[in-house]
Amino acid sequence: MDGLAPPGHNRPPRTVLVRLPGVLVDLFPGAPRRLEVQASSVKEMVDALDSFWPGMRDRICDSTPAVRRHINIFIDGERARLETRLSPGSEVFVLTAISGG
Amino acid sequence: MASKVLVLVGTKKGTFIAESDAARRNWALRGPFCETWPINHVMADPSSGIIYAGGGNEWFGPAVWNSEDLGATWTHSSEGLAYEAGAEPIKAVWSLAERDGVLYAGVQPAGLFRSEDKGKTWQHLDGLQKHPSRPHWNAGGAGLILHSLVLHPEDKGQIWVGISAAGVFHTADGGQTWEPRNKGTRADFFPEGQNYPEFGQCVHCLVMAPGEPDTLYQQNHCGMYRSSDGGRSWQSIESGLPSSFGFPAATHPRDPSTLYLVPLNGDSAGRYVPDAKAAVWRTRDGGSTWQDLRAGLPQENAFFGVLRQAMATDRMEPAGVYFGSGGGTLFASADEGENWRTIAEHLPAISSVETLVVDA
Repeated sequence: MDGLAPPGHNRPPRTVLVRLPGVLVDLFPGAPRRLEVQASSVKEMVDALDSFWPGMRDRICDSTPAVRRHINIFIDGERARLETRLSPGSEVFVLTAISGG
Repeated sequence: MASKVLVLVGTKKGTFIAESDAARRNWALRGPFCETWPINHVMADPSSGIIYAGGGNEWFGPAVWNSEDLGATWTHSSEGLAYEAGAEPIKAVWSLAERDGVLYAGVQPAGLFRSEDKGKTWQHLDGLQKHPSRPHWNAGGAGLILHSLVLHPEDKGQIWVGISAAGVFHTADGGQTWEPRNKGTRADFFPEGQNYPEFGQCVHCLVMAPGEPDTLYQQNHCGMYRSSDGGRSWQSIESGLPSSFGFPAATHPRDPSTLYLVPLNGDSAGRYVPDAKAAVWRTRDGGSTWQDLRAGLPQENAFFGVLRQAMATDRMEPAGVYFGSGGGTLFASADEGENWRTIAEHLPAISSVETLVVDA
């Protein structure tokens, strides 16, 4: 759902549900696998995560800036980018791709 | 005072630490640390005892890990360890070095960063990116990596780096400006008549002789070299070696004329130890003559290589020598290379070996 910003997008951010991979939360003691944050885009969601656990942005995003190549973010079954807008109540899955050896 | 010796091992799947008392006969292994990330270099600041590990994870990118309790607990950071937006992102940290409280990190794609807070935040020293030769650098087999990082022990402005495959570069102003220092080193992979370029050589490992900052040694893809003028000129010291090809070089902790190598059988011959018989080669005279050291090392069916950062010495008397294989075996000598034993095996592929001696 890589849509345009809805009308009235300046209104306060909305609550979304985020699910994080275990291998990511293992890097940040105390981080949960599932949490709610206020965000109206994937970028805002990542910023919120980074404010709770400094450094988490660098693990999810590279300096392009973009979601890292082997990290997938899915919203309603669709792969998302940093610019992807979030709807109230969206469930966002942050997943590690099949990778490595 | 009694000491204990830690051998710090970076592997494809995490950091390991082997530990012994001063006798260095019985070793205990701990790990894996750093969440089994691929770790290219683990080293310690001997003055603070802090252990640093640099690497990069396919999922999560580059980071430097820090342990202030000899490996029991670790934190990681990559804040500031990034090129500007739009540039190719940093894939991994390849080399670390520390001097007077400043930590340096060499990364892939090749560049240099510094940290004044034990690796929590990083600043880019962008002089290398601005060097006129930068657009012409070509990646080596492991990528365009800054893998060797040599700091002048007294002059804070001077740093030498080894980049594959751009060659050796030197700065006298702390990283703002650089000059290539490759005169006399071959690039056999260039067309005939163009084999001694100003830059573009495939340096594999660059080290500095103890107590003699102008004496450098480098194992190159194409030869083994010594410099007595800080890298302004290089002389071949490969005569007497079984091969001009290899990756690591390790200096003695006190003797500037003693150096250890692990030559391999050639860049297109499998990159194993020659004749499948393992040997460390040592010079005691700055590379004029070489001696093979085999006692305790496998002398049949040894089809392994040793990577560029996977050999080190300790500062004990007599000096210990250590190396780790691509097959995950860690070898140690407690007598300057005369006799060897296996101190760990079945580890992941070993990327780096360093040592730390601490009071017991």
